[in-house]
Amino acid sequence: MSIKTEQMVLNIGPQHPSTHGVFRIEVVIEGEYIRKAKPVIGYLHRGTEKLAEDLIYTQFIPYTDRLDYMNAMTNNYVYCAAVEKLMEIEAPERAEYLRVITMELNRIASHLVWWGTYLLDIGALSPFLYAFRDRDTILDRLNEISGARMTFNYMRIGGVKWDAPEGWIDKVKETVKLLRENFAEYHQLVTGNEIFIGRTKGVGIITKEDAINWGLSGPILRGSGVKFDLRKNQPYSIYDRFDFDIPTREEGDCFARYEVRLDEMFESLKIIEQACDQITEGEIVHKKGQRIMMIKPPAGETYFRCEASKGEIGVYLVSNGKNKPYRLKLRRPSFVNVEILADMLIDRNIADLVAIFGSLDVVLGEVDA
Amino acid sequence: MSQLLLDTVLKKFEDISGPEVVEESKINFNEPFLTLASEKWNLELARLLVEDEKLRFDFLCCLTGIDYEEHMEVVYNFYSMELDQYLCIKVKMPRSNPKIISVQPVWKTADWHEREAYDLLGIEFIGHPNLTRIFLEDDWVGHPLRKDYKFDKEEMGL
Repeated sequence: MSIKTEQMVLNIGPQHPSTHGVFRIEVVIEGEYIRKAKPVIGYLHRGTEKLAEDLIYTQFIPYTDRLDYMNAMTNNYVYCAAVEKLMEIEAPERAEYLRVITMELNRIASHLVWWGTYLLDIGALSPFLYAFRDRDTILDRLNEISGARMTFNYMRIGGVKWDAPEGWIDKVKETVKLLRENFAEYHQLVTGNEIFIGRTKGVGIITKEDAINWGLSGPILRGSGVKFDLRKNQPYSIYDRFDFDIPTREEGDCFARYEVRLDEMFESLKIIEQACDQITEGEIVHKKGQRIMMIKPPAGETYFRCEASKGEIGVYLVSNGKNKPYRLKLRRPSFVNVEILADMLIDRNIADLVAIFGSLDVVLGEVDA
Repeated sequence: MSQLLLDTVLKKFEDISGPEVVEESKINFNEPFLTLASEKWNLELARLLVEDEKLRFDFLCCLTGIDYEEHMEVVYNFYSMELDQYLCIKVKMPRSNPKIISVQPVWKTADWHEREAYDLLGIEFIGHPNLTRIFLEDDWVGHPLRKDYKFDKEEMGL
């Protein structure tokens, strides 16, 4: 007589230490293998797009902070830049430099949170402490310029809110040096670890074709061998002035995504260094952006996208000529990137669930909008 | 360049669905922009966008539902990884009965985008494998992103 394994339904979440937010997934398991998975989202839905329709353009900026709260600078930017595109104005040069420096610092901070928590999820505690030590240095710099550590509300339509305090640029340069030394440690600490490799190599493979068809972007897409980064492929702001590479890997597994993110942190350091050398004195906000009640983009619509730490963040903005957006759609990278999860889990061991989900670097505030 | 692409798409659409397939075509912020009525928009055109060697729109960046009070719209923003080009297609439908084909069979990424538009705007995507609410509870009444959506503050405890 053969022993049959019965299928059972296992519910994980909405609160679970490894989800860093409120995410639920129902999995059907047969022994240790997942046969079906159904992600359930919406626990953090705040109706951000609806709220936008009732706010004047500038008032909406703090709401963008609360989408991907690990990478709020880029969210600030993509919204402001979309409005600027409709208004056909450009931010002053100094403002663009400050935007680039803060966005890249924030990208590193975001990758650090991912790095620390991902390893925490799969069983390594100490990397988390290293990551948060370095992230805190970055948050100090961002706090000095914006007055906040995570929800910055720093950018404005047509520029930025505050100029850099005295000596800030030099401090950033020192931070870059410090981080570069510290990041070298990361490879010694984790990258070659046998257990880590065992849990991530060959796990959660996404092919190039799947990655594109599922609309994946950011480090996930690049980890699957697609050399695509909006900063290079469709340069916005002043990214065409900097010399940096787009790290890619061919394997498409969790380890490839890990390597891409670590490499990207070094590339961001390069950009910050160059921006700090090139920045000059000048205005920090366009005169049309100063009178916030009068910000009324002409009737029209446009889609604007840029490269956030998690991938392509986009804004589809419709204006009817009044001082509030008629319709604002946010294309949030985490929302799109987590779509593929259910497919990736089929016939995988339940122990890989956390390794696979974590490798997608999803922030639930952004998934649920 | 954009104008050339716009003409190419127009011609190919007309070859398949006849001369009146596109309602309006223009260049919007340097991108080709087409408007179609929902009864003219079908999977054959969607597949053409991906498969044609001059188009190759393999990446669906964004799908937006919009309520214009007198009608409803779904806007697709496409990008071609291979040819580095953009296209925006807008599909209009009557507000009383907003129905449109699902493009999920062509671009898998459309799955959740369409569920979101269904949940918040009440647009029905025909042929979608699992058209259920994605953010709100299943028994939620109404679609919040519609312009005439009314909510009872008292009932919500405000």
